[in-house]
Amino acid sequence: MWEQIRDNQVRSVILVTALGFMLLLLGSFMGYTLLGDWSIGLLLALLIWIVMTLVGYFQGDSILLSLSKARKIGPDDMPRIYNVVEEMKIASGMEKMPDIYIVDDPALNAFATGRDKNHASIAVTSGLLQKLSRDELQGVVGHEMAHIRNRDVLLMAMCSVLLGTIVIIAWYGSRMLFFTGGTRRSSSGGGGAQIIILLAAVVLMILAPIMAQFIYLAISRKREYLADASSALYTRYPEGLASALEKIAASTEQLKSANNATAPMYILNPFRKNGRMAEDLSSTHPPISERIRILRAMAGNLSLAGYESAYNQSHRGGGGIIPRSSLVAGDAAVQRNAATAGLTPPEKERAREASDMLWKMHKYREITCNCGLKFKIPPDFHGNSFTCPRCNTVHSL
Amino acid sequence: MLIAILVILAIAIVIVLIIAGIYNGLVGSRNQVKNAWAQIDVQLKRRHDLIPNLTETVKGYMQHERGTLEAVTNARNMAIKAVDSGVAAQARAEGALSQALGRLFAVAENYPDLKASQNFLALQEELTSTENKISFSRQFYNDSVLQYNNKTQMFPSNIIASMGGFKAGEFFEVTDTVDREVPKVSFS
Repeated sequence: MWEQIRDNQVRSVILVTALGFMLLLLGSFMGYTLLGDWSIGLLLALLIWIVMTLVGYFQGDSILLSLSKARKIGPDDMPRIYNVVEEMKIASGMEKMPDIYIVDDPALNAFATGRDKNHASIAVTSGLLQKLSRDELQGVVGHEMAHIRNRDVLLMAMCSVLLGTIVIIAWYGSRMLFFTGGTRRSSSGGGGAQIIILLAAVVLMILAPIMAQFIYLAISRKREYLADASSALYTRYPEGLASALEKIAASTEQLKSANNATAPMYILNPFRKNGRMAEDLSSTHPPISERIRILRAMAGNLSLAGYESAYNQSHRGGGGIIPRSSLVAGDAAVQRNAATAGLTPPEKERAREASDMLWKMHKYREITCNCGLKFKIPPDFHGNSFTCPRCNTVHSL
Repeated sequence: MLIAILVILAIAIVIVLIIAGIYNGLVGSRNQVKNAWAQIDVQLKRRHDLIPNLTETVKGYMQHERGTLEAVTNARNMAIKAVDSGVAAQARAEGALSQALGRLFAVAENYPDLKASQNFLALQEELTSTENKISFSRQFYNDSVLQYNNKTQMFPSNIIASMGGFKAGEFFEVTDTVDREVPKVSFS
């Protein structure tokens, strides 16, 4: 059951290679039109590819985290989320605790990133912390932890970086063609070829977001199911993730900091239209109602095999979703009780807790007056003292 | 003649490689079991360390609940004593401690002042989470033991296991069903 899931990795390699090939193609096109020599363009593109792959491998996670404006928190900033992550880390048998990031956004979403299980991060939105109970949070974190263990996150980081490079090259290339009118080879009468290549660049520009869709397809569906199955197995409580998904689906907030390249990383597609529940075939994520239904149909047997048979109840003959190598007989896992349900503070208090943490993250100092008023002192406040407007006590800083 | 020798040699090398692979797999699984056990130990130790803090915090608010507090302290001492006395005995002692803690948190419901105390809330979060971590690490430990035991009992790895002295691992079972429940605390 704990064996690495290799099935997906082959597809990952094919995908990354295909994207890299596309980048090389684009490079030689650009080289041919702009410099008159396709081999220079090819070499440059190859160089950029290598550099970007290295960057993606070593820096992909931090780039993505800063793109989504996530801030790292420690164990004391918010013990509940830290504990939940640690619980899932233990349940999944990972050795190293992933870093935890908070995205200051009322939307409900979460993602994981990092190149392997020793360099991993989990990011959740502040909205998620507010709206979800502890068990639900655990389900979501378990899902993200599964993405880390299955190494889905590395692939997503690599693809995002490659895709970003393609988009940028295509964009600048087409601008340069536009403004310089192209090439030194204009004398050789390549006007027709230029137009074709210009068209190709434009087509590539249009294609890039569609490629993002393909990444979605290649990565997402099966992996989302697999991560759901693993989350149920880790938490031994599929209802937590099921009701979390319900809440996330019902919320209409859209994540502000997501873009096409980062979309596949989230637990739920951040671009779903408001109020639109039925997702079509080209969607990155399986239909959420389907995910919930499978989780609820697991009925006691929480092993990966249990998830598989719950899936097969509605997908007859559709083939399995869990790689055969990770289905081991005799590991029927038993459901636990909703033991932590009572521990989560009510939503109002959770909202306060989350916002207090955000204030703290932005380096606001908190001072509580004797009369009960709470002050949040901004970091650029220069005075030495201030007076409480209710009871006139003078507080010195 | 030469070909026959080469074939025999090749077969021998393949067999040796297979045996080495199985042996290494067994060692890996055994180490994972050990590692998983260490994880449980860390969390149990953490719980033992948290309890004096808890009783200290609670004491001031709950003068009339001497018995409950003493039960927790005693259960903790028993659990600490049981640390080196084998998996089964330790599981029993820790189960008793979980129950005593559960009763303490249940009784705490009757003390609104205590429930409002930040210190108590923080301790409660820590203890409940530690409780969760114990059960999750137990879960992982048992899964690892299952995987390891399967290897020591299934053909062909069982032959190598018995030759190499790989003994089956012991599950961390909680005998009483009540122990499965983490202390239930409701804030409604």
